[in-house]
Amino acid sequence: MSSFRRERLSVTAVEAVGPYALLRVERGGLDPGVPGQFFMLEAPERVLPRPMSLCTARRGELAFLIDPIGPGTMALAELECGDRLHVFGPLGNGFRLDVARPLLVGGGIGIAPLPYLAEALEHPPALLGFRSELHAQAAELLPNAEVVIDPVLVTDAMPLDRDVLACGPEPMLEAVRALVPGAQLAWEAPMACGYGACYGCVVDIDGELKRLCVEGPVLCRS
Amino acid sequence: MQILNASGCLDALTAPHVASALDAFVTKTVTPEPRAGNAPVRIAETEHGMLNAIGLANPGSRTFLATTLPQLARAIDVPVWVSVGGFCVRDYVETCEQLTSDDVACIELNLSCPNVDEAPEAAAEIVAACREVAAKPLYAKVSPHSWDMGETVRALEAAGADGLSMVNTLRGVALDTRLQPKLARGAGGYSGPALKPAALAAVLAARRATSLPIVGMGGVFDGRDALEFIACGATHVALGTVLFADPDAPTRVRRELVEEARRAGFDTPDDAFGVALETVARLAN
Repeated sequence: MSSFRRERLSVTAVEAVGPYALLRVERGGLDPGVPGQFFMLEAPERVLPRPMSLCTARRGELAFLIDPIGPGTMALAELECGDRLHVFGPLGNGFRLDVARPLLVGGGIGIAPLPYLAEALEHPPALLGFRSELHAQAAELLPNAEVVIDPVLVTDAMPLDRDVLACGPEPMLEAVRALVPGAQLAWEAPMACGYGACYGCVVDIDGELKRLCVEGPVLCRS
Repeated sequence: MQILNASGCLDALTAPHVASALDAFVTKTVTPEPRAGNAPVRIAETEHGMLNAIGLANPGSRTFLATTLPQLARAIDVPVWVSVGGFCVRDYVETCEQLTSDDVACIELNLSCPNVDEAPEAAAEIVAACREVAAKPLYAKVSPHSWDMGETVRALEAAGADGLSMVNTLRGVALDTRLQPKLARGAGGYSGPALKPAALAAVLAARRATSLPIVGMGGVFDGRDALEFIACGATHVALGTVLFADPDAPTRVRRELVEEARRAGFDTPDDAFGVALETVARLAN
């Protein structure tokens, strides 16, 4: 079995990043894992935890970018310094890092795993797309990234001769894959457990239902 | 008193250490033919529980026997219960006939999946037909939607059930902000904390009607919940939705159960067996 484990960790800070919240927690004994892997975060007063990819991994810390759009993510964004929550991970399969000419592509909250990925790949070029100026404030997490804002799409500005590693909404991932079939894509689905138990997080990839938590969340047409 | 998982709530091949912390592992339901399961979206959280419409995704009985069962036997060191499902009596019988391996400790007949279109024939009829061919103990997984639980379990016992697993999920629907069902299938099985009172009532009613072993389940999240099932007459307890939230639940609930029993004045959890029933019986009289 992998190196995942579950620990109760303290919140060290919650910072606003545009409309998002960057939730920082102490690392405890958890392994930060590979970029693109995720953790299940206990959401206060909710039945199920929420899957979040690791955004940054400063020494002694894990940080997650939260888009407060529902009761679970709002509860996570409202945590305060010193609050404690169970964190379980790292889970799933992350990005392959053996790429010659990496380009990171992110859309909206899908930029979450890219700062940690950028660090692992020694800060390759990045292209980020957002729906508004407010959302685009999150680009501060990837200081040298090129930013486009709706109605301009990342696929309008994306060079096609790169090893693309992307995360974002499903239509963006489909559009990226149509242009760069070998792109590594980090997908998202409602998820109850994160470790292969519930079979809830399947997505239809080329006609086959795949459990994102154990076969993804990063998938690549090989 | 044993702690099991509820069928469908754990994959021992992806999490063998979680399954090995149980007293027995119950597989996801096996059907004669392979099933991909329902199209996503398959799950949705609600205020006090969750909905699922997985749709009995499984590799089919032949692949299960040839591949999955030997893998399970290697991966975990606790007894394996095989959950068997189908869409007619013949489906159940066909799979039960094949489950002769020493790697199978028990068969649980899933008579109550809310997420498939075809309704199984009368539960007792399926149990009786499987009893004819099965070489293993047979547990019947019971729906909470029974009009008369006492009558239902007496019929299952008369048909040859060796035990009862109760309960399966309730049927439920959740709507999104556009007032559309969150699940692609529309309805799904409702589980989690909200199911517990319905499950306790079912176990209590069943225990008044039979002395068969009962695996109680439905919203068990902590040791106190488990103790309540025992007090209502469950001989064993199974963990379902809690395993999604806490893979350490088997060990935690086991520890808490001992503490909660002592707090309630019992030396062991088993000493609390059926104590709620005594009160109910007095009230009824």
